[in-house]
Amino acid sequence: MSGHSTYEPKTGFERWLDARLPIVRLGYDSFVDYPTPRNLNYWYTFGGILSLCLASQLITGIILVMHYNVGDAFNSVEHIMRDVNYGWLIRYMHSNGASMFFIAVYIHMFRGLYYGSYKAPREVLWILGCVIYLLMMATAFMGYVLPWGQMSFHGAVVITNLFGALPIVGESITTWLWGGFAVDTPTLNRFFSLHYLLPFMIAGVVILHIWALHVVGQNNPTGVEPKSKADTLPFTPYATVKDGFAMSVFLILFSIFVFYLPNALGHADNYIPANPLVTPAHIVPEWYFLPFYAILRAVPDKLMGVLAMFGAIGCLFALPWLDTSKVRSMRYRPTAKVYFLFFVVACCILGVCGAKLPDDPVIPHLKTFLLIDADLNSFVWLSRVATLYYFAFFLAILPILGLKETPLPVPDSIASPALSPEKKG
Amino acid sequence: MADTAVGANNEPEHGSDPSRRDFIYIAAIAAAAGGAASLVWPFVDQMNPSADTLALASTEFDLTKVADGQQVTLKWRGKPLFVRNRTPAEIASAVKDDSASLKDPQTDAERVKPGKAQWLVLIGSCTHLGCVPTFGGGDYGGWFCPCHGSHYDTSGRIRKGPAPLNLAVPKYEFLSDTKVKIG
Repeated sequence: MSGHSTYEPKTGFERWLDARLPIVRLGYDSFVDYPTPRNLNYWYTFGGILSLCLASQLITGIILVMHYNVGDAFNSVEHIMRDVNYGWLIRYMHSNGASMFFIAVYIHMFRGLYYGSYKAPREVLWILGCVIYLLMMATAFMGYVLPWGQMSFHGAVVITNLFGALPIVGESITTWLWGGFAVDTPTLNRFFSLHYLLPFMIAGVVILHIWALHVVGQNNPTGVEPKSKADTLPFTPYATVKDGFAMSVFLILFSIFVFYLPNALGHADNYIPANPLVTPAHIVPEWYFLPFYAILRAVPDKLMGVLAMFGAIGCLFALPWLDTSKVRSMRYRPTAKVYFLFFVVACCILGVCGAKLPDDPVIPHLKTFLLIDADLNSFVWLSRVATLYYFAFFLAILPILGLKETPLPVPDSIASPALSPEKKG
Repeated sequence: MADTAVGANNEPEHGSDPSRRDFIYIAAIAAAAGGAASLVWPFVDQMNPSADTLALASTEFDLTKVADGQQVTLKWRGKPLFVRNRTPAEIASAVKDDSASLKDPQTDAERVKPGKAQWLVLIGSCTHLGCVPTFGGGDYGGWFCPCHGSHYDTSGRIRKGPAPLNLAVPKYEFLSDTKVKIG
């Protein structure tokens, strides 16, 4: 996709600069003249929205550090909320911005999954995305610890103890992570340091992600590579305006949370100062970790639960080689489309299960029978079914279906179905 | 490869009114600029003193702690504050110099409260570059700044050296004969 540059310096200064540092040329070739598939829909605007999220988190985060005091963490967060000019706004933008970031990244990932954006030649692009997602999770987790409330503290206890499940080295690793016998001030200090570092690492991997994107070119809803000039449109104004409109709509959603529901996605217990002697009655992670938390709890064995949870993310890395289908977009894979829909539902069910107590009934007041260790009508069994489907989708359905299914005819080019509507898939 | 497409698409389409497109451009850019500007202000203002810092901006001080000819230095708004109980000789020296050639002309009476000439309250920050002057040094019996050699007299007025202004007198008031509120 990255053909020869069409940038022509217009002024003497631009010519002078272009011969020394072709940065204007880079910007022009990447964000003005860059050819984008003409059929990109709104699901393709989330890459731009994610850049906006990262920028917003970086700016608000750097500002919060100006007022946060790791030695008096809980009180300094209250100081930000009550005393710092517009501190409430900046903190709510940062805390809700994390949720917005994950909403956008999940849509972005489901979009990539549906349109087969991980298939050759985009494997590295996809894996870089998975690395960004992993870094995001680490950053979000450590950021949630910083207010040093009850949820922060006990969240940190639970997550760091996950590593204690590893045989032999587990205990040394948790002690090393804590810098003591338990989660305490040294842990908070190092999490603060790493929470500041990781976003810049994310920014670095994002640059690689965009680089890889510009080498192989964008995928599109048909999954057919652009073949001629008729298949593409220049990035500016087409993609810029579409991205800009989507960002505006996204910012409205963001604003609704920041101004009207700033604590809707958080937990009231985190406004109680950290107390190592009492764990809150109902401890759950932030919503974006709930599906993985449900997978962890679905497995009755400590080590296997931890491995299943990490394995769920590991599947994403292996996805380019798990899906055997020759057809890229699920638009032309009617059977895969149904399984994909079930997969989205399974992820949502896991999210709900993660928020509930494992032994609570799914259907209220209905007692069925005890199956192994819990009533069949319980969230733990529902999460087991959903976990099974989650892994089956990656490890059985995608590998086998790709060989067995009969896909619909794929258009010859992007422009052909667009220009003849009767053939649209 | 797409340069012709750019050119073609920048042309107003058949039957469309270019001024309507211009209006959309201007309206969209104006809305984005307005939004960005209103967001910039909170990000700038957050660096201004916070509410708890401003709440500490005034302080009360009991003058009975300062004996004749003594000076107490306290911290006010993060800076040293000199509260000096001047001897009659210091006051006389300051009043005598009211008519001298001064860089920042001010009479001694203007720098104290009426009837309270013995009490001199000063911000102990050199008006040159902010060092803390020491009392008893310099050529005028007042303060001397060790950083760049500014000499202040017994009224805290600049007499010699690079500082441009007299040592500042903060806003303060007597709550009673023995108590002042500074700030």
